[in-house]
Amino acid sequence: MSGTWLGMPAFPRNAEAALGNSRLRANLRKATHTIRARRAAGVDEMPGWAKLRARGAAVKDAALRDLDKHLLRAEEAVTTAGGRVHWAADAAEANTIVTELVKATGHREVVKVKSMATQEIGLNEALAAEGITAYETDLAELIVQLGDDLPSHILVPAIHRGRAEIREIFRDRMAAWGRPAPDGLGDDPRALAEAARLHLRERFLASKVAVSGANFLVAETGTLVVLESEGNGRMCLTLPETLISVVGIEKIVPTWQDLAVFLELLPRSSTGERMNPYTSMWTGAAEGQEFHLVLLDNGRTGVLADEIGRQALRCIRCSACLNVCPVYERAGGHAYGSVYPGPIGAILTPQLRGTATPLDASLPYASSLCGACYDVCPVAIDIPEVLVHLRARVPHPPAERAGLAAAGWLLDRPGRLRAAQRLAGRLRGLVPRRRLPGPGAAWTDTRDVPPVPAESFRDWWRRTGGEDR
Amino acid sequence: MTGRGSRERILARIRAATAGLPPVPDAAGPPPAPRERTEAEIVRTAELFAARVRDYRATVHLVAPGGVPAAVAGALAGRGARRVVRPGGLPVEWPAGDGVEFLADEPPLTAAELDAADGVLTGCAAAVAETGTIVLDAGAGQGRRALTLLPDYHLCVVRAGQIVPGVPEVLGRLDPARPLTWISGPSATSDIELDRVEGVHGPRTLEVIVELPAV
Ligand code: SF4
Repeated sequence: MSGTWLGMPAFPRNAEAALGNSRLRANLRKATHTIRARRAAGVDEMPGWAKLRARGAAVKDAALRDLDKHLLRAEEAVTTAGGRVHWAADAAEANTIVTELVKATGHREVVKVKSMATQEIGLNEALAAEGITAYETDLAELIVQLGDDLPSHILVPAIHRGRAEIREIFRDRMAAWGRPAPDGLGDDPRALAEAARLHLRERFLASKVAVSGANFLVAETGTLVVLESEGNGRMCLTLPETLISVVGIEKIVPTWQDLAVFLELLPRSSTGERMNPYTSMWTGAAEGQEFHLVLLDNGRTGVLADEIGRQALRCIRCSACLNVCPVYERAGGHAYGSVYPGPIGAILTPQLRGTATPLDASLPYASSLCGACYDVCPVAIDIPEVLVHLRARVPHPPAERAGLAAAGWLLDRPGRLRAAQRLAGRLRGLVPRRRLPGPGAAWTDTRDVPPVPAESFRDWWRRTGGEDR
Repeated sequence: MTGRGSRERILARIRAATAGLPPVPDAAGPPPAPRERTEAEIVRTAELFAARVRDYRATVHLVAPGGVPAAVAGALAGRGARRVVRPGGLPVEWPAGDGVEFLADEPPLTAAELDAADGVLTGCAAAVAETGTIVLDAGAGQGRRALTLLPDYHLCVVRAGQIVPGVPEVLGRLDPARPLTWISGPSATSDIELDRVEGVHGPRTLEVIVELPAV
């Protein structure tokens, strides 16, 4: 089956290992820069992006503020529409619920749409332990699964694999999972995609049970929303007799009309497209299907209780923050040791899993605090602010300097300065006598902290609309 | 039902976590009010829609009122589609075309039959100009979701009046209780070294006919 995140060493060691792999670095660099440029074009085209972004953040805050009411409303709407709702406090419970539901169908195979929530809870492994095979159907997830590998990017999980490697994986491994790769398969992306189409088509036509996640759950109507590109999502959501969706409780948006802002923010932030090829929306048991919704907590309510950290629950998993992060670009997704890589992973994983392991304790330090992630985040999550906040929980890891040195950062001075200014302004009542936290410490090693204004010039410029298009 | 105790536990944790937080005002605001549009506006919106759909590398034909039957026949002939799925509720005057056999979904076609068809012909529920998006709601002239998923070629007819400027407007026209499929270009992937490849699992070819109003 697929690999495991457990027992991974801390971020600096992972990063060091990744840095030794020059092909990985080249793939990552090309990929992140390409997507970054596409995103910028998609965002630039959209008038009033700053306002849209503020509304996205506000809608999510409203959803989180009254999360209990919204969840109950969604439960009622889904139930009225013929679906069944299950509540899972943690990963083990969610896995048990899904396993029992699959067993009840009498089938031993499920098809899956890419879903971060089910990766987070290790569903495939839990199903395998009960003799149920889960087939990933997203092209990148298929590459990862066939290669007995781990995903390394939210949007393009096989970003670390080149075409020649993908051909090898298809040639060597497809037969063990179903229809073998065509003879003489080349490494042209078109041919590889065609091989995946053929390999999965029979599986889709025969599938009786599917497991999905969802991008959004509308409280008012009970509607679930899945955005995708390939059509494997539509296959899984439409053809099987039974559909089980595992959805984090933070995916809720209050009203049907609230979807507008996210359908405008997400594709442009994610792939840079005006809209992704396919979006499916369904409410309860659609077209006679049996439908189960599993609402997943698994640490989210703990995040919600944290005044600074809770903003991470606004995340719509667009992956824009990964693509601009200098640390991610050099270290790669695997170094973060979790299904959530990059800046969002650095703030989400330690909050969801705690900071008991060396890896999780080192994650808040896997950043130069340059602030690029905050700038691109479509729901305005202040990732540097949360990082600094989390560093206070796990102070002084020996890892920090090693991590930065291993990745060989050249912190660009304006970025560093900006982040330090912003953070210092925000934390001015709390922090420093003499030293800034985290990498800010490097800055204050040789300087005293000057009196900190409540708002930096840059923030003032921004707040007063200096950057508003 | 599973997770009974967990339901109460999760809700209690949420209430404890959010206790004392100030209320957050409704952020999304009301949907844009529908308004009458002039014919000229409708045509401009349709033209933007056509341009945006073409950006996804789909073929688009703008036709004059009454031009749909001929355009459908021409598109099917150009594609060489002979066995074409045709859901109930499409205007009867749309042609069978020379040598085209239409497959009705009554009784429901099997997945294998749909897979073997050359294409599918549908209308739509609404469309979005800004994003070049067609929305199907499984209603009349569209059929259940599998019909537009398994055949490799999708020919979709959109009336200009169905096209709204943006996403906020289209939500106001849709019924969330129906299963909805938003289609923006043919199926695609960029999973292999970020090269965009059209057509993985959904129809690899999308062709759109837009019927303009009389001006
Ligand atoms: S934190 Fe923001 S930028 Fe990063 S994945 Fe989440 S929504 Fe996107």
